[in-house]
Amino acid sequence: MKRFLAISFVLAILLSTLAPTCFAIEPEKDYSHLRGTSINVYNWGEYISDGSEGTLDVNKEFTKRYGIKVNYTTFESNENMYNKLQSGGANYDIVIPSDYMIAKLMEENMLVELDFSNIPNYKYILPQYKNLFYDPQNKYTVPYTVGMVGLIYNTTMVDDEVDSWSILWNEKYKGEILMFNNPRDAFGIAQFLLGQSVNTHDTKDWDKAIELLKEQRPLVSSYVMDEVYNKMEGGEAAFAPYYAGDYLTMADVNPDLAFVYPKEGVNYFVDAMCIPKTAENKEAAELYINFMLEEDIAVANANYICYASPHELVLESDDYDLKGEPVLYPDESETPKTESFQNLSYDIQNYMSQLWSELKVEGNTNIDAYIGLSVTLVLVIVFAIFKFVQKKKREKYYD
Amino acid sequence: MGKKSTLLSRVIGAPYILWAVLFIIVPIGMVAYYAFTDATGAFTFDNMLEIGKYTDTFLLSIWLGLLATVISLVIAYPLAYIIANSGENRQKIMMMLIMLPMWMNFLLRTYSWMTILEDNGLLTTALNSIIEPLFQALGKEFEPIHLINTRGAVVLGMVYNFLPYMILPIYTVILKMDRSLIEAAQDLGCNKLQVFKNITIPLSLPGVVSGFTMVFVPSVSTFYISQKLGGTGTTLIGDIIETQFQTANNFHLGASLSFVLMILIFICLAVMNKFSDEDGEVII
Amino acid sequence: MKKKSLFAKIYPVLVFGFLYAPIAVLILFSFNSGKSTAIFEGFSFRWYEEVFRDTATLEAFKNTVIVAVVSALVSTVMGTAAAIAINNYKLKWFKQATLTTTNIPMMNPDIVTGISMMLLFVFISALFGKTGTLGFTTLTIAHVTFQLPYVILNVLPKLRQTDIHLSEAAQDLGCTPIQSFFKVVLPQIMPGILSGLMMAFTLSVDDFIISYFVSGTTSQTLPIRIFSMTKKRVTPDMYALSTLIFLAILVLLVISNVITAKSENKKQKQGSKKGGALK
Repeated sequence: MKRFLAISFVLAILLSTLAPTCFAIEPEKDYSHLRGTSINVYNWGEYISDGSEGTLDVNKEFTKRYGIKVNYTTFESNENMYNKLQSGGANYDIVIPSDYMIAKLMEENMLVELDFSNIPNYKYILPQYKNLFYDPQNKYTVPYTVGMVGLIYNTTMVDDEVDSWSILWNEKYKGEILMFNNPRDAFGIAQFLLGQSVNTHDTKDWDKAIELLKEQRPLVSSYVMDEVYNKMEGGEAAFAPYYAGDYLTMADVNPDLAFVYPKEGVNYFVDAMCIPKTAENKEAAELYINFMLEEDIAVANANYICYASPHELVLESDDYDLKGEPVLYPDESETPKTESFQNLSYDIQNYMSQLWSELKVEGNTNIDAYIGLSVTLVLVIVFAIFKFVQKKKREKYYD
Repeated sequence: MGKKSTLLSRVIGAPYILWAVLFIIVPIGMVAYYAFTDATGAFTFDNMLEIGKYTDTFLLSIWLGLLATVISLVIAYPLAYIIANSGENRQKIMMMLIMLPMWMNFLLRTYSWMTILEDNGLLTTALNSIIEPLFQALGKEFEPIHLINTRGAVVLGMVYNFLPYMILPIYTVILKMDRSLIEAAQDLGCNKLQVFKNITIPLSLPGVVSGFTMVFVPSVSTFYISQKLGGTGTTLIGDIIETQFQTANNFHLGASLSFVLMILIFICLAVMNKFSDEDGEVII
Repeated sequence: MKKKSLFAKIYPVLVFGFLYAPIAVLILFSFNSGKSTAIFEGFSFRWYEEVFRDTATLEAFKNTVIVAVVSALVSTVMGTAAAIAINNYKLKWFKQATLTTTNIPMMNPDIVTGISMMLLFVFISALFGKTGTLGFTTLTIAHVTFQLPYVILNVLPKLRQTDIHLSEAAQDLGCTPIQSFFKVVLPQIMPGILSGLMMAFTLSVDDFIISYFVSGTTSQTLPIRIFSMTKKRVTPDMYALSTLIFLAILVLLVISNVITAKSENKKQKQGSKKGGALK
């Protein structure tokens, strides 16, 4: 059993760290001057091993080893993260966004270059995950996880063959379809279906994509991000496009769920750790990045998050539960067509978010509201007139 | 009273005045500022013009808010009346029971409704298992009822969350009512119903008005309830505003939406107050 | 005694059933042995153990209590002073303007209040070229701001009821104005101040919407933590924590009620004794 393995593994780690001389890996450099400081980490929800159910509490472990407090907060989408970072309200020492958002942050000069001499564990990152498109010289980022988007469905609720995104437009499943609640991923699905590039700069392409999404809207039960866990696990919906790794977490709870990479193509993404310009404790942040790449920590995270890992030692580790899991590491022959999100131009981004806002309120049937409000208005007016007449009468009476 | 003491007693209000200017008036100015500027800080009407797209959303929010408020009133009034007219100990216990849920985080209470209303949830399953045999007996095809992700669910969430705010003021007003008026009316030959209609209701109007405000305002502007209990068809104005600030990164549009929402609500409240004022005259 | 109609007996039960149904579900699922908040698998206390292991939640709980205590104290002191001042203002328009301003945070939707404060903080920090302003301080400022009207509106009516002549008399008898305030006025308005304090504290603990917009990295309160959890999967440990808070409040309320009831009984007894002695 997966859970049993995870627990026994964690016990082993706990025992090793509890040992009196604390023979756990001593850092080569002296970090004692950072003791008592703190770092602010901003990460996706459910994206770190957090100590629940006997797993390793990574942040607690970091504090224990280095005496640095971790203020850990989560975001639910790249855009959500960007917003907080850009408004300048809060300072973060580490953020873990996805590829296209990293490119955007780099373009807007919001990241600092990493000092890789402080991150010796970077050597464990497999070469195919270095110097990727969003950070060609690899100055700013260290990959955390990689993954693909796919379609999760409930086999008890679906009897058609599922191999295409087009099933999300099937009238038969009206009200049983969940959809991404972030513009980039949602548009991506429509664009794969239309055979467009997900990075198109032609507004006409975006218009076509939004038409398709508007067509789908009446069938969608709700637009979700991480709410998808509960809904799919509880059998509340038949379909949900989501990230492959999360499917494994859900399937653990609800074995009726199945997963497919639709033939039209899927989004391939990398989430990477980087340090924003506004970081106040860069040295500790780099230490944290290095810490996340320690073998035991990386394995604990990979087991918890269930996303594919770019870390050499994790893939070789015997403690890694998902070794060779076909959903995460498909064979050459089964690897779907993929395209990654690139940073869009400012105008296209604006255009996209405008279309997205429109989609959210599109086609609401508001007849009840019209009728209700008109009736209320009439009642209020009648009441006002009635009062007015009464008052006049009374005045007359008193006169 | 000595001159010194009154002067002193007026001066100690200074910190509050300063605070109110800094953190009540200036922030509203900030909303207006953001509403009428673009990203470069130049004056513009574009944000205001863009609001036209959200007219329907505004209408829907006001409608659902109004519905929730009226339902709360209908539920709350008899309860407040019953409580105010029961024995002292019972009153205390019942008021405690009304306040108590407010200590449970409202997010979790709403979330808990989700588990009740979901298709596999407690209430839905129970209702469906009752209805199914009925349908079969009638020889009709069984259509399972669907509770979550409907407007009804959103209104229910609003009523549930804000009902105590309707009960409390009405209860207070009824409790403080001058009993001698009622006795006088009874002595003058009014029956129970007449007393209720001519004395109790007019006298309790101030409580109704403040209850109305306390339910209507949060209902209209909610975003959490509609996100959790409503589906795609119930995007409310609060959702749109929240999105502008949390993900869409368009503070200017968000500010102009908030600005309009604020003005709409102030208008609604002014209308309400107008009525209650007139009725105040009636009483006096 | 009037006879209670059937309606008066049944109706409260129905409404309370409505109010407590989700809470019952919540408490039930806090004892779930499974991970779900929808399917009950069996009875266990595991989530209660989990609560005390979840450092982030405990941290958030601590933040909530600190913010609530600090902001409630600040707003009570400032609000009481403001109420006294408002009560003494002679300029009618100024008094009216102050009262109207006081009402704004109560009338304004929470979301607008939250946004307006966030815009102010962001704007000011941009003016000074600083980042990272949102945090414990801004959160406390926001909480004080929305609590102030409730404190003032609790204290003002009590002030109006106090007898001016009493404090004048005290001063005639040689008290300084400050002494007369503490000895004569304060005891009379104390119930108003206390209920204002209680209200401020409750509002602060329960507030999510305003905090959501003005909190930063180090000042996550419990409602914000719960919100970010309801964005993904809520595990029953949140339910367990709420159940504990709920029970604590219930016990507190019962105790305070019993104490007041007892002291009232005592007073009544003493009263009757005295009455007897007088006879």
